[in-house]
Amino acid sequence: MTITELRKKFITGEYTPLQAWEDVMNNISEKDGDIHAYLDVYKDTKKEAEEATKRYATEGEKAPALLGIPLAIKNNILIKDRKATGASKILENYTASYDATIIEKLRTAGAILIGATNMDEFAMGGSTENSAFGPTKNPRDLSRVPGGSSGGSAAAVAMGSVPASLGTDTGGSIRQPASYCGLVGFKPTYGAVSRFGLMAMGSSLDQAGPITNSVADAELLFNIIAGTDGKDMTTISADTYPQADLKKTYTFGVPRAFLQSGVDQDVLEKFNDHIKELEAAGHQVIDIDLPLFEAGLAAYYIVMPAEVSSNLARFDGIRYGVRKSGEDLLETYLNSRAEGFGTEVKRRILLGTYVLSSGYYDAFYGKAEMVRTLMREELKNIFTKIDFVLTPTAPTPAFKLGEKEDPLSVYRQDIFTVPVNLTGVPAISIPMGEVERESVSLPVGVQYIATHGAEAQLFDIGKRVYDKI
Amino acid sequence: MTKEEILHLGELSRIRLTEGELEKYQTEISSILDYVGQVQEIVSDVKSVTATGPVFNIFREDQVTNEPGAYTKDLVEAFPERQDGLLRVKKILNPDS
Repeated sequence: MTITELRKKFITGEYTPLQAWEDVMNNISEKDGDIHAYLDVYKDTKKEAEEATKRYATEGEKAPALLGIPLAIKNNILIKDRKATGASKILENYTASYDATIIEKLRTAGAILIGATNMDEFAMGGSTENSAFGPTKNPRDLSRVPGGSSGGSAAAVAMGSVPASLGTDTGGSIRQPASYCGLVGFKPTYGAVSRFGLMAMGSSLDQAGPITNSVADAELLFNIIAGTDGKDMTTISADTYPQADLKKTYTFGVPRAFLQSGVDQDVLEKFNDHIKELEAAGHQVIDIDLPLFEAGLAAYYIVMPAEVSSNLARFDGIRYGVRKSGEDLLETYLNSRAEGFGTEVKRRILLGTYVLSSGYYDAFYGKAEMVRTLMREELKNIFTKIDFVLTPTAPTPAFKLGEKEDPLSVYRQDIFTVPVNLTGVPAISIPMGEVERESVSLPVGVQYIATHGAEAQLFDIGKRVYDKI
Repeated sequence: MTKEEILHLGELSRIRLTEGELEKYQTEISSILDYVGQVQEIVSDVKSVTATGPVFNIFREDQVTNEPGAYTKDLVEAFPERQDGLLRVKKILNPDS
């Protein structure tokens, strides 16, 4: 069900926030034992649902946009007085002392925050297998991953417990799980949404965004959480970038050369079908060259670990989180971080420390930042000719739990999503069809990438193509 | 990457690594560096690039926005070890070294 449909029923009284709340709790107790989308379920929110039910009876359509709507929140977004673990052992006992800005905004809009969702530890991974509290399963096929790192947020929506959730996206962590679970995932322009109260992973890449059942819902949630914030100096105002006009028909560019390797044949077929669908609706689809986009993955796995190694230096077992004491302060650091962090987090911290260290900085980090600048220029040029870049969201459907052990093969799943974060542009993933694996039908997503600040265009085309409105 | 280099990275990162981890990361980080090293070829012929991104400064008044002590209790309760409302830490200087 979508937020829009729920709200309509709340207004007519056909269905109430309290009934919805009870259905959420029943769904979770029935399904989450197998799926493990949630790290925490907030059962003490029933009062909010009762209150919302009363308010709809008197306020009707005037009730705030999200009143009584149950939402699930990725556990790297701080909610006051709730545990905020980032799915890491080092924060297993940590309780947030304030609300993230986006949480405040959801509260003001009346949403009921129903629980915290599972994720790869500190958002590092593409399968949710890196959670310190056990993996999440894909509701479509329990032997497969839901994607990641916002895998719990995607699974929570896909299993029908909530109409929408929030995730964060540093290199595809909203779009890829949305693709694996058959949902809409939206990554805003860098700076459009405040990062205050989010656990920082790659600060120049991170953005929070919605995972939903429709593009209209993604638009609704984005408009609520977006906006400048005095507590995040990288936030941008609505007029930072020129506003692109909505058009009757759009021009899509397909980086053909980029799709030649590593994409499953049937995913490519669905992608080509999608192109035909767009053409049939009157849009133009042309082939484009984005030679630097292929280099994006290499640049990403330099820039991101560099930022990770710096951002995660704060987890030292001193002021909060788990402490493993040693003889002196240094030993306490060494022990706390050795026991508190998982394998992937350690790998990225070590890698980031290497690329930032004296003697390697210019060769790795410096070059990667240059590639990034060149990618922005390349993209800027291409957006004078087209409205959207079109790619599959991921090269494959959801893979099996435990199937990918080599870190590089997991990283390759991000090939189409990381250029978006490196350049700071917005992108949306919508379902484009299903492919079969071992007689199970699995969803795959298509990604539309727009220029900076062109959210309105993305929602416009997305609603027409996917919501069919 | 040598094992000693990984050990050194662990020291710089303040992470104690086990023998097994040293071996694992030695192979994995070497192969990741081989892969990401391709950035060096891409920009070899670019003389100078200004790394300007879509980032703008935002300023606000430097004002206290909460009552003094409003968060103290929560923050002190988050301390892993505390004594009389203060944070307990291990000694920083080791007289033997």
